[in-house]
Amino acid sequence: MYRYDEFDHSFVQQRTSQFRDQATRRLKGELTEEEFRPLRLMNGLYLQLHAYMLRVAIPYGTLSSKQMRRLAYIADKWDRGYGHFTTRQNIQYNWIKLEDTADILEALAEVEMHAIQTSGNCIRNVTTDHWAGAAADEIADPRPIGELLRQWSSLHPEFSFLPRKFKIAVTGAPNDRAAVKVHDIGLRLHKNDRNENGWEVMVGGGQGRTPMIAVTVREFLPEIQLIPYIEAIMRVYNLYGRRDNKYKARIKILVHEIGAEKFRSEVEAEYARHPAQTAEVDARELVRISKYFAMPPLEKQSRFAPHFEDAKFKNKDFARWAKNNLAAHQVDGYTIVNISLKPEGGIPGDATGDQMRVMADLAERYSHDELRVSHAQNIVLPHVKLEDAYTIWQQLVKVDLAAANYGLLGDIIACPGLDYCALATARAIPVSQAISRKFADMDTQEKYGPLKINISGCINACGHHHVGHIGILGLDKKGEEYFQITLGGSSGDKASIGSILGPGFAAEEVPDAIEKILNTYVKLRQPGEEFLAAYRRVGAQPFKDALYAAA
Amino acid sequence: MQLLKNNSFIRDAWITLGDDDAIADGARVVVSLVRLQRDWDTLARHTGLLGVVIPNNADEKALAPYFSQVSLVVVNFPAFTDGRSYSQARQLRLDGYRGEIRATGNILPDQLQFMLQVGVDSFEVGDRFTLEEWQKAAQHMHLTYQLGYNRAGVEREVWSQRHQGFAAWEEQPHAG
Repeated sequence: MYRYDEFDHSFVQQRTSQFRDQATRRLKGELTEEEFRPLRLMNGLYLQLHAYMLRVAIPYGTLSSKQMRRLAYIADKWDRGYGHFTTRQNIQYNWIKLEDTADILEALAEVEMHAIQTSGNCIRNVTTDHWAGAAADEIADPRPIGELLRQWSSLHPEFSFLPRKFKIAVTGAPNDRAAVKVHDIGLRLHKNDRNENGWEVMVGGGQGRTPMIAVTVREFLPEIQLIPYIEAIMRVYNLYGRRDNKYKARIKILVHEIGAEKFRSEVEAEYARHPAQTAEVDARELVRISKYFAMPPLEKQSRFAPHFEDAKFKNKDFARWAKNNLAAHQVDGYTIVNISLKPEGGIPGDATGDQMRVMADLAERYSHDELRVSHAQNIVLPHVKLEDAYTIWQQLVKVDLAAANYGLLGDIIACPGLDYCALATARAIPVSQAISRKFADMDTQEKYGPLKINISGCINACGHHHVGHIGILGLDKKGEEYFQITLGGSSGDKASIGSILGPGFAAEEVPDAIEKILNTYVKLRQPGEEFLAAYRRVGAQPFKDALYAAA
Repeated sequence: MQLLKNNSFIRDAWITLGDDDAIADGARVVVSLVRLQRDWDTLARHTGLLGVVIPNNADEKALAPYFSQVSLVVVNFPAFTDGRSYSQARQLRLDGYRGEIRATGNILPDQLQFMLQVGVDSFEVGDRFTLEEWQKAAQHMHLTYQLGYNRAGVEREVWSQRHQGFAAWEEQPHAG
């Protein structure tokens, strides 16, 4: 994985000492809260309902064991012993004191991490496929481009005061696990017939209160033109994006209002006027970065793993976990381990300092020192020998990290909601916990098959409810929380926005409503047909009938 | 109003005119973009220096025909969060404008380096911050990753430094 050189180190250190100076001025009263606000936001520090919240960037979701241990240390020393992994592959600490923040940023800088641009109207942490560099279906590792974009977007002089925040996602695999079509810019790798890399550039996707699927503005952009081309997109957005209403300020609204064709021609005109002048340096830098992301030296393994097979035969809990939580690796005898942060009744994405240390130790011993954070709020060990899977599972069981529900009903995405967030209109976490408890039985979960339930505590959609197969949106009506259910959303290659099924439900009614939906699905599905496919085939009516007809 | 340029406070020699004000011979005058286009026949014969103030939703391309005869372009930041003029200034430099670019509006020390980098030379800054604060703000960061932006302070381009042997990107020449 990427390592900082002297330049990256001093860049982050300068930024940290600049923030220390700003925080000191704020604590002394030399800066008003109003003036301090944009400065702290540029460094990931939010003021939430009960305390400051610090959001730490985990670029393209990749962590070393040392970095994960440092996240645990921060949780224990400066927070309440846990952290929350987010849908943007970051981690948030919810109980931070302003006077500690500069020390925390320094502790992060020591392990090549920062909180730059995890907030504010700027280019945010670049996200990607959590199986990048390991997945069997991958064309190429998307993380070198992720790192190139991380550097290029850091304190960008022209694009730090955009109309609104800006999110870029990158995938190097045909099966999109990075939700690229619901980002401001989504990049998808293709190869041409000369085996050269090129990027499909998609613009104007997003969730929030106006969910939209991105439109393709370039089918195949040569790799080294990527940065100047993205600069052209950013410039058009910076100049013409709406600033009169923050709810209409994202690039998706601009693309929608002027139309995809007009938007594309504006970008192409800007790009033609100011074409790539620095491609040679970009290309050299990309070559330099790419070396850090070479596949680690994996030992040659037999495709058949006798200990692994034996353990599955003897232990049915392990067998179930192996079936649900392991994914195909590029190399024979290796696997991708998905650690679910969704224990029965737990808070999606939360991990304690102790759990983080266990995962760090496992990564160091068994996964070439690498971990990933997924946008579904789970942790991945990307390069594991099949023969080690049973040992890993035994360790995970001890710290309540062995939930076998990866990709199933229990693998719920939820935002922090009204328990923490100043924007929320309803509590997402208790609903998630209630669903998780109701469907705790793994046979039941497996009966329902692959399923994404996503819960947001307000229309800003941090819990990605628009792209949940079943989406749940918490709203407030005259002081009462209620929850709207949408069906048919997906963030995959055939991305779609879910449709609202009908009137909402009280929090305690939601688990039963989910059960009715799922039982309806079980009755009408064809052999082997997953929930999303069945919904797309039959439409909403059978589900509406099941939920509302009797009432 | 204080005018900050080259890390000093200087006297402003420019006079900003209304759209129908008379123009004194030899004076340094700033007119609106509307007047520049409307009165170009007269303004082209002005014996002093000519400046233009553009609103931050103006299309920068409209200025291109006048580049050689305009010595100052004033861009506006109505709020520090409104970043349109960063791109206007950048486009002016990319398109070869070599005169002075001045920023007005809500200019704060924490944005000074960004403005210098997109090619702004001078700043109407009010008297809230001391010269020392501005001077310090001009060199908060010593390194930048982006290529091809103006290096007015002590910053160095990381990518050019890393790939020595490849000459650092030539800057657009600047006034002052």
